Amino acid sequence: MRDVMTKTMARNIFYGGSLFFIVIFLALSVHSHYYIVNTSTDTAGLTESVEAGKRVWERHACINCHTILGEGAYFAPELGNVMARWGVQDDPQAAFETLKAWMESQPTGIEGRRQMPQFDLSDEDIRNLADFLLWTGEIDTQGWPPNDAG
Amino acid sequence: MKYETQKIAYAYFLVALILFAVQVTMGLLLAWVYIYPNTLSEILPFNILRMLHTNSLVVWLLTGFFGAAYFLIPEEAEREIHSPTLAHVQLAILVLGTAGVVLTYTFNLFEGNWLLGKEGREFLEQPKWVKAGIVVAALIFLYNVTMTVLKGRKTAITNILLLGLWGLALLFLFAFYNPSNLSLDKQYWWYVIHLWVEGVWELIMASILAYLMLKLTGVDREVVEKWLYIIAATALFSGILGTGHHYYWIGTPGYWQWIGSIFSSLEVIPFFAMMSFAFIMVWKGRRDHPNKAALLWSLGCATLAFFGAGVWGFMHTLHGVNYYSHGTQITAAHGHLAFYGAYVCLNLAMFTYAMPILKGRDPYNQVLNMASFWLMSGGVVFMTFVLTFAGAIQTHLQRVMGEFYMDVQDGLWLFYAMRFGAGIAVVLGACLYIYAVLVPRREIIEPAGTPAE
Repeated sequence: MRDVMTKTMARNIFYGGSLFFIVIFLALSVHSHYYIVNTSTDTAGLTESVEAGKRVWERHACINCHTILGEGAYFAPELGNVMARWGVQDDPQAAFETLKAWMESQPTGIEGRRQMPQFDLSDEDIRNLADFLLWTGEIDTQGWPPNDAG
Repeated sequence: MKYETQKIAYAYFLVALILFAVQVTMGLLLAWVYIYPNTLSEILPFNILRMLHTNSLVVWLLTGFFGAAYFLIPEEAEREIHSPTLAHVQLAILVLGTAGVVLTYTFNLFEGNWLLGKEGREFLEQPKWVKAGIVVAALIFLYNVTMTVLKGRKTAITNILLLGLWGLALLFLFAFYNPSNLSLDKQYWWYVIHLWVEGVWELIMASILAYLMLKLTGVDREVVEKWLYIIAATALFSGILGTGHHYYWIGTPGYWQWIGSIFSSLEVIPFFAMMSFAFIMVWKGRRDHPNKAALLWSLGCATLAFFGAGVWGFMHTLHGVNYYSHGTQITAAHGHLAFYGAYVCLNLAMFTYAMPILKGRDPYNQVLNMASFWLMSGGVVFMTFVLTFAGAIQTHLQRVMGEFYMDVQDGLWLFYAMRFGAGIAVVLGACLYIYAVLVPRREIIEPAGTPAE
């Protein structure tokens, strides 16, 4: 190796090659950005309510127990497809009512069962959160998750 | 210690060790909640504990990196740090921000406030004012070390280290961009998370490891630095497009399944190269450095990083596998061993090397320190195995058979109980380590003792 490559050559390969891969990555990133906005997500359906729902989701650090599209903590179920699992993906009113019933029955306090906190959400918060989860359920995720169990 | 300002590192290492203790304590508590879920469920729910666990990990690793840079840059650049005052201001900002984060999470202060309240993206939950503080601290740091290096000797080690640290700071700026479109949010969130741990942090890791090898083995600088450039090249060539393995199922185009699978498979290479590098340097080296514990941690770092980040990462990175394993305990198993091997061991190796010098003592308490390596590493490895088994069962029952999440989780109780046992070993190991580097004054060991591994 001593004869094959000098330190200067190694350095030039490092800088040149890295620059090359950064350029490719940035080009693909731009394409992916437009693909998300135009193709895989419902930009027109991204209403103020969906946006507010995302803030509710963030404000209460939901991701530190649940996963959404497989990312997050692994202590509680996947929520990217929760509305499909509940059978209410096509019915916003039913989605709201089901989510409201769920949120208000927490924590269950059952011994030995994982506990979800009581977040004291207003009806508006719950409606926004439901809209956010419904919107998320429509993202084209290349067929993931494999089944409704999430 | 050749340069007075290397002393700055001591305060950084102390802060890092305190946060390390917080991190493993929270980890143990979380492991307990997994088996007895009613514990603290209304006072400090799981999500808050987890934020404390992950955030304290990231902050202590960063603090350790900063300290390591302040320790090694004077020796490499052959001059004192530009401004010790700025270095201490930087640490004060980091400590203030960390205290703010802990209080904000624990007592849920200012919920929903745009500036003062916690934000809700995984690992980036810090309130905005803390994020801004992190940027200010990073800028102070970069100014300080860049000025030092520019005026002094430039080596491959400082080049790569500075490149990694600049990249770290620039990529963190994406933490401020939070689009309302969840898929876009995730696309750019990974710019921080992936391009940190599988990009620029690897540069930091390779350069610190190269510095330790240079000091501990006495191998020629030319050889070490050539290796360093090659390792850094393989890290970025694979790691940048390897981001694709996070773009499989979040609404990004299908071509990422191929790009991600191919390039993230190649991410094994830099870790294999670092492991080979470390062992070859030790075999080739003529120097019999008395700090055997630092050598043990360095070799342990390279080896466990190869298994945790390399092998365990590859295990679920191909898109056909990841389709089923994504977001299960498999990910948790990989995450624990990868972070421990690559970044925890790296920092602990650096502390072990630097502390005796900073405290003006002989290499001391080698036996306790080495015992803590085996105890902690044994704990993390066992934890990784049990979580891997739990993840395999979860993947099959939930993703293949379609059984519901909570039903599957109830069946995994035994694995979580064993994980708690592993956690006790890790916490005991961490306590032993902290004691070993801080307290005992002196312990003579026979130089004839066999080198690690």
